[in-house]
Amino acid sequence: MAGRFVGVFRQISTVNRSLARVSGDHGLKNFFSTTARMDFGKYLTYTVKDGIAVAKFDEKDAKVNLLVKFDEKDAKVNTLNRGTMAEFQEVYKEITNNPNVKGMVVISGKADCFIAGADINMISDCKNVQEATALSRNGQDMFNNLENMKIPVVAAINGSCLGGGLETALACHYRIAVNSKKTSMGVPEVMLGLLPGAGGTQRLLKLLPFQTAMPMMLTGKAYNAKSGKKIGLVDHVVEPIGVGIKSANENTMEELEREAILTAKGLADGTIKKPVRSKKGLNKYIDMFASSRLGNIFWEKGVKDAVMKQTKGKYPAPLRIIEVAKTGAQQGPRAGYEAEAKAFGELAMTPESKALVGLFNGQTALKKNKFGKPEREVKTLGMLGAGLMGAGIAQVSIDKGIDVILKDVTTQGLSRGEDQIIKGLDTKVQRKKITSFEKDQVLTHLEPTINYEHFSKCDIIVEAVFEDLKLKHKVVREVEQKIPEHCIFASNTSALPITSIAEASIRPDKFIGMHYFSPVDKMQLLEIITTDKTSQDTAASAVSVGLKQGKVVIVVKDGPGFYTTRILAPTLSEAVRALQEGVSPSKLDSLTRGFGWPVGVATLADEVGIDVAAHVAEDLGKAFGERFGGGNINVLRDMVTAGFLGRKSGKGVYLYQSKSKKRPENTEAKAILDRYKLDPKPGNTDEDVQYRLASRFINEAVMCLQEGILANPMEGDIGAVFGLGFPPFLGGPFRYIDLHGAKQLVDRMKKYHDWYGVAFEPCQLLLDHAKDPSKKFHTR
Amino acid sequence: MAFLSNFPKAALQIQLKSAGARCFNASTTTQSSKSKKTLAKPNVRNVVLVEGVRTPFLMSGTDYKDLMPHNLATKTLSGLIKRTGVDKDVIDYVVYGTVIQEVKTSNIAREAMLSAGFKDTTPAHTVTQACISSNQAITTAIGLIAAGQCEAVVAGGVEFMSDVPIRHSRKMRKIMLDSSKAKTTGKKLQLLWKAMSPAVWTPELPAVAEFSTSETMGHSADRLCTAFGITRLAQDEFAMRSHKFAADAIQAGLLTDVLPYKVPKVAEYITKDNGVRPSSLEQMSKLKPAFIKPFGTITAANASFLTDGASACLLMSEEKALSLGLKPKAYLRDFVYVSQDPKDQLLLGPAYATPKVLDKAGLSLADIDVFEYHEAFAGQILANLTALESDEFAKKFLGKSAK
Repeated sequence: MAGRFVGVFRQISTVNRSLARVSGDHGLKNFFSTTARMDFGKYLTYTVKDGIAVAKFDEKDAKVNLLVKFDEKDAKVNTLNRGTMAEFQEVYKEITNNPNVKGMVVISGKADCFIAGADINMISDCKNVQEATALSRNGQDMFNNLENMKIPVVAAINGSCLGGGLETALACHYRIAVNSKKTSMGVPEVMLGLLPGAGGTQRLLKLLPFQTAMPMMLTGKAYNAKSGKKIGLVDHVVEPIGVGIKSANENTMEELEREAILTAKGLADGTIKKPVRSKKGLNKYIDMFASSRLGNIFWEKGVKDAVMKQTKGKYPAPLRIIEVAKTGAQQGPRAGYEAEAKAFGELAMTPESKALVGLFNGQTALKKNKFGKPEREVKTLGMLGAGLMGAGIAQVSIDKGIDVILKDVTTQGLSRGEDQIIKGLDTKVQRKKITSFEKDQVLTHLEPTINYEHFSKCDIIVEAVFEDLKLKHKVVREVEQKIPEHCIFASNTSALPITSIAEASIRPDKFIGMHYFSPVDKMQLLEIITTDKTSQDTAASAVSVGLKQGKVVIVVKDGPGFYTTRILAPTLSEAVRALQEGVSPSKLDSLTRGFGWPVGVATLADEVGIDVAAHVAEDLGKAFGERFGGGNINVLRDMVTAGFLGRKSGKGVYLYQSKSKKRPENTEAKAILDRYKLDPKPGNTDEDVQYRLASRFINEAVMCLQEGILANPMEGDIGAVFGLGFPPFLGGPFRYIDLHGAKQLVDRMKKYHDWYGVAFEPCQLLLDHAKDPSKKFHTR
Repeated sequence: MAFLSNFPKAALQIQLKSAGARCFNASTTTQSSKSKKTLAKPNVRNVVLVEGVRTPFLMSGTDYKDLMPHNLATKTLSGLIKRTGVDKDVIDYVVYGTVIQEVKTSNIAREAMLSAGFKDTTPAHTVTQACISSNQAITTAIGLIAAGQCEAVVAGGVEFMSDVPIRHSRKMRKIMLDSSKAKTTGKKLQLLWKAMSPAVWTPELPAVAEFSTSETMGHSADRLCTAFGITRLAQDEFAMRSHKFAADAIQAGLLTDVLPYKVPKVAEYITKDNGVRPSSLEQMSKLKPAFIKPFGTITAANASFLTDGASACLLMSEEKALSLGLKPKAYLRDFVYVSQDPKDQLLLGPAYATPKVLDKAGLSLADIDVFEYHEAFAGQILANLTALESDEFAKKFLGKSAK
């Protein structure tokens, strides 16, 4: 499905994976020594070297909980949990009571991770606002103690330093960071519907200019060592050290520790001064105003309006962040910290936060290949078709070191595709994600061709040719002659049943569907479709390719429209009905965006392509009958005949001019709609329009679970949010029902059923949940 | 940056090659009996070194600063001919190595040999391979002789850091190139308008950083020292030792390869390298790190200086040398080039090349009386020696069971 989604949920998709982890049991308190290194406990080690205390976060054999135990890698991070915090308190006491200690270094024993953040389960486990508020106060106290230490405290950062990790570093007096790709400093709490609750909102605003600190908190933007130094987050940058007799990681960590100790000593004896960063120029005045009552304009117009515009007020966290930061700036730290703890406690209990945390946990769980390790690693991918999709898939593959043979029918098509890939990589160079040298190296993995000459090397074929069953059959027959025995054939289709395409195949066990979303380099979801004949190893291979490409992969059973297309189709059909009833496209867009969809449904139709929508509506209409009815299919057909194919043809529901961002409604399309005009039902409100769309979407999703298309509700939620833009703050269709109840939805559907009939018939599973509110799709 | 000067002084004729600037000499002497009688290879001609000369090496920006690079190379070429008494017409070929090219004399070997009065029918070419460029010139010459292409070849190196090609920005270059095509006043004005931006006027300096990693050599060397745990003190001590050896050698008149150079308008002849600065540990310890601040270990005192200078040596087939009545100074037996990760092992060439060239020649460390490494940083040599000393390193990177 060529849907293009932008907006809030994309932020969600970039939540750092390592943010979450797991509380072990909270054992602690060993015996302490101040002279020699000894294991302090499970979470920290503590040594005094040369008068400098080195507190080293190094969580050992942490017990992992259900949600993230899949990935062993996840156990390789430090988190702030009750155990860590208790041990840290002990170290703090020990140091403050030791007159020989002249300085302190806070560092991690792990090369890739300073502290990845607070333990999310510790937050999820809070039963009420009070508990969560207390948690925040604990953190605040701990870091205030750290900040108020009389001796200099240096944070030595390598790897992820996020959320509570950055708050730890912020409480230190001096920050040293390693200039490596793994170093990432930010406060992504907002993506989980929370705020940095251990002093983060107060310290960031104090340290950084308003114009840097607020976006950091409101978007979760993370900085690396160098850019962190530029904005004032970092005082000194350490270059990573390569391999010597010891490994590169060991060398780098040793050097980081050495420089941190030298810095702490220098700060203690006055030979090193912390660089003074006075806020300069415009920033100085903005900050001055923002912290006075006269400066409300910065808070209201500067940030709040922007947040409201982007979130439509659906996300409480950014609004609370603004409120808390403002309180601190205008009324002083005491009021600020108080507001922070209170807001943290309240946010932790919001359904929005629970929904976002659920998505985050789901995303983390899906990093694991549930089919296990494939028998052979995919090294070479044959990509058929160098169109938007094909080139996109090729790009995300070569980017991760997979060799790609990109085949198209014409050199013109091929050249266009290669240009798309180069442009995509150039953007990464411009954004300093990779160097131009790395870009060149990535591009060597690409082999563009118009023949099958080297296809004997392929381990997997992904076809993205035109959506026509006969053509796909022809391609399957042609290509299977050229590829080796073990090679997997994957079809990238948005609606054609994989089983039907596989009919042309001589080895159906190697046949699978891989449904990518456009633009492939931006959309995170990959929907993999298995048929009854697809082998386990084929599935394992396809999933591993998807994971390598950096996708969030869900695996569903084959059926008309699989999962994502199937739940989108009735929604689009309902949208057409609304248009026929006289709701204007821009009104419909604003209603759907108002519900929380990142892209209005009319715009979505144009992006997907009216022809594609018509195609899908027709195919699925045949498969599911009247239930998929709603809008008159002839509306779409007439539009296609008139050449209104959507954005790609310049005309769809809207008109697109190449240089202007304005999109006036297409009056000719309006004329078509007028021909099929329907009278709206009496009493039909704007809210009804919103729920007519949403209820059909959600009901169809539940039905997919009921019929076994979906393996579990979690994948359903992830697919709906990451592939189709279902409002992230609702957490996906299943989370929505868990949090907001099935009954209210069923009641609405009954009303619509009376108006429109079978399209609004709730499925049995949804009825079951409506009948028994204690039934939940998710256990946590 | 420094140049070719490592004519083998060892009893055994092995040229060690590594991709790194050469300046510091690490000499180790071992006493034991040789395991091999001859290193001559069957069916390969014997290639010999007849003579080598060089100009004094001066810190860039000092007395040579108003010259052009080929002036220095020309001096070594004519000096070599005068010293050996070989007829210029005997020379079949000239090869030079250089790193930062003067664009006016991009084939500097040819310009220098023409200036030196070699016959104009003698071909010449220029090679480049970072700090190893001059050695590349020598091994190119060895190849030409061994393959029977030539009988007598002059190989040399030249570098001139007093003047480097600083370019107009790409934007400005484009405007300049387009201006020759702009015929109408309107087009010309358009170009003039484009030239109004300050970005257009920002010049481009020649890259001192590696293109692939954007890291300068000094920075990489400092990280290498950290990786192998080489302390500042060890580096300073080693640098002090090198400077002392150099000063002693000058004092004793051992550097017979140096030719006096006459710079116009400079009263005295240039006869000595001016970068040899014996100093005390105490003074050296006062310097601030040059690359990684403030905790780095490489300083101006334990690194080589940016240099101006040139060298030339005469290689011949053994038969040719003997037929001309020349006495070879050395037999050139074998060489090896190595490359590693340009980021973390940029300057670790010797650690790879040493065991490799010894294995190739069927020799062991004990067979060698003197090793001579030429590198830019004291710490770099020490890092390489540490690697060579380590069984771990040998296992992990050299595929050997022990060092």
